[in-house]
Amino acid sequence: MIVSRYYIVKRLSIEVKMKILVPVKRAIDYNVKVRVKPDNSAVDLTNTKMSINPFCEIAVEEAVRLKEKGVATEIVVVSIGDKACQEQIRTALALGADRGIQIDTDAQLDSLQIAKLLQKVVEEESPELVILGKQSIDSDNNQTGQMLAALTGMPQGTFASEVNVDDGKVNVTREIDGGLQTVQLTLPAVVTTDLRLNEPRYASLPNIMKAKRKPLDVKSAADFGVDLTSHVSVIKVTPPPQREGGIKVADVAELVEKLKNEAKVI
Amino acid sequence: MAILVYAEHDNQHLKSETSKLITAAQKMGGDIHLLVAGENVGDIAQDAAKISGVAKVIVADNNAYAHQLAENIADLVLELGKAYSHILAAATTTGKNFMPRVAALLDVAQISDIIDVESDDTFVRPIYAGNAIATVKTSDAIKVVTVRAAAFDAASAEGSAPIENVETVKLAEKSAFVSESLTESERPELTAADVIISGGRGMQNGENFKLLEGIADKLGAAIGASRAAVDAGFVPNDMQVGQTGKIVAPQLYIAVGISGAIQHLAGMKDSKIIVAINKDEEAPIFQVADYGLVGDLFEVLPELESSL
Ligand SMILES: Cc1cc2nc3c(=O)[nH]c(=O)nc-3n(C[C@H](O)[C@H](O)[C@H](O)COP(=O)(O)OP(=O)(O)OC[C@H]3O[C@@H](n4cnc5c(N)ncnc54)[C@H](O)[C@@H]3O)c2cc1C
Ligand SMILES: Cc1cc2nc3c(=O)[nH]c(=O)nc-3n(C[C@H](O)[C@H](O)[C@H](O)COP(=O)(O)OP(=O)(O)OC[C@H]3O[C@@H](n4cnc5c(N)ncnc54)[C@H](O)[C@@H]3O)c2cc1C
Repeated sequence: MIVSRYYIVKRLSIEVKMKILVPVKRAIDYNVKVRVKPDNSAVDLTNTKMSINPFCEIAVEEAVRLKEKGVATEIVVVSIGDKACQEQIRTALALGADRGIQIDTDAQLDSLQIAKLLQKVVEEESPELVILGKQSIDSDNNQTGQMLAALTGMPQGTFASEVNVDDGKVNVTREIDGGLQTVQLTLPAVVTTDLRLNEPRYASLPNIMKAKRKPLDVKSAADFGVDLTSHVSVIKVTPPPQREGGIKVADVAELVEKLKNEAKVI
Repeated sequence: MAILVYAEHDNQHLKSETSKLITAAQKMGGDIHLLVAGENVGDIAQDAAKISGVAKVIVADNNAYAHQLAENIADLVLELGKAYSHILAAATTTGKNFMPRVAALLDVAQISDIIDVESDDTFVRPIYAGNAIATVKTSDAIKVVTVRAAAFDAASAEGSAPIENVETVKLAEKSAFVSESLTESERPELTAADVIISGGRGMQNGENFKLLEGIADKLGAAIGASRAAVDAGFVPNDMQVGQTGKIVAPQLYIAVGISGAIQHLAGMKDSKIIVAINKDEEAPIFQVADYGLVGDLFEVLPELESSL
């Protein structure tokens, strides 16, 4: 019966634990109209609605789907920021993540420092997959995932619109300027999400209640031994130049006439 | 001080972004070296050498660079880049993919998507989908910067820089190219076109995008789309304009059946002239349009095509 013994071993090896780490960021809600402070020092965030960055929400959803498919066994979410970002961790827990970690700091960190802190979390947690948003809609940096991959030596699949995990590898289809590209990465790996990867679910009320009891560890950023000094200083933040409101034309003939003779663009 | 600029190309042609990067580099000051990495890129290197302001073209021609895999390109740029004060790439999906790796491995910050250069260490970049403009200064010795090409004019093509080959081969083991499906089009590229006509959810389906094609043919225009049109499957993802799609600044942008969400505006509001065609006179797109036409696109488009 050697054959069936082998079969059992195969089955067991499939059931190894696969942990997914999802870093989530608290960011301005995407519906909010952004205002710059009158002193041009920053964007005014007082009393503005904050949410989980949309790309991070997609990352959480993807992790939950991988768990539902039986590919992943545990989902850990981590957010770096002050106590307020626990709200976004709870949101992720309500969507289906298992436990949360808040890395507490008041500092304004750049992507590099965020990536270095996440590197430490990766060393502690040893996830098979780290799924991040491709960018956050406040700084629009689009850096953290790539930096984390470089620092940890994990391969990267950015701007993902499809993710398939199979046998120690992950195939990632990426949205690139010319179309789509698929790469194959050996796990553990870093994936960053694009918009069309999935459509996140809404958290149900029972799941929101359940999320309140899921474990959430708080750690101090200072304890990680990472140099948190930013290399970038913001000189000023100004509103963008406003476009002058234009005119309404009555019909196609007037439009074509204006484009030819006034704007001279056709 | 010297600046290493990463050339944007698709293994067949040098992309228009490259000569715009050179203009950005010139504003920082210093000798400009242009790196062309890819496979069979001899002709591209010849074109790169013609860009005015380039002091030297460096060519890394190897199968390892054929698909611009971030791991391989970053390791190459890292090795060469240590000798420079600035490393620049376009804020395209290629540049965005590998540049943060270079920055992290050099232990410096990356300044993303700059639209202007104030000095060799101070740059201007949009944040919050372009709803705020930040001026930032970096204290790093090597400045790693991605550039929004649309914000800079192209350098002219009157140069004749020497071309030098490097044999460095960087091949990562943990990531491999599987396949690519690239959209073939006879039309100009979105990021290089002088005229763009884009369709949104109002187009109703992919078939109706034909209504835009006739006009695009007459104007030599590229065709774009809103996220809603891409999500609904009307057109492929590479046509998306906006915060998370392509950032464009053509002479003329015609938005058809697009409401004008801030995320869409983030990708096109620096166009010289904006035309909006929408049946809802309250649509926010009219607030940024130079010329607005309130009407049903299914009536307006055929009429527009025949009057051009
Ligand atoms: C010009 C400028 C202005 C800034 N203004 C502000 C400001 O007004 N307010 C402010 O708070 N910060 C500000 N910052 C800091 C900026 O938000 C940081 O750069 C940011 O925290 C780092 O991540 P990112 O947004 O660059 O990441 P990106 O690379 O854009 O994000 C990608 C992904 O990384 C992960 N990630 C990013 N940050 C975190 C986090 N904190 N915790 C967990 N996961 C994370 C998420 O998965 C996210 O989807 C500013 C920075 C600059 C350069
Ligand atoms: C994180 C994030 C990132 C995003 N990034 C992008 C991005 O990069 N690009 C982008 O475009 N969007 C982006 N979006 C989505 C954006 O918020 C809007 O949902 C999207 O732009 C809407 O597309 P639309 O204008 O085509 O559709 P709608 O808002 O549905 O507008 C359709 C318009 O068509 C008009 N219309 C309908 N029928 C006709 C007709 N017969 N004749 C004339 N007019 C007609 C309607 O009046 C309406 O104004 C993003 C959203 C999020 C949350």
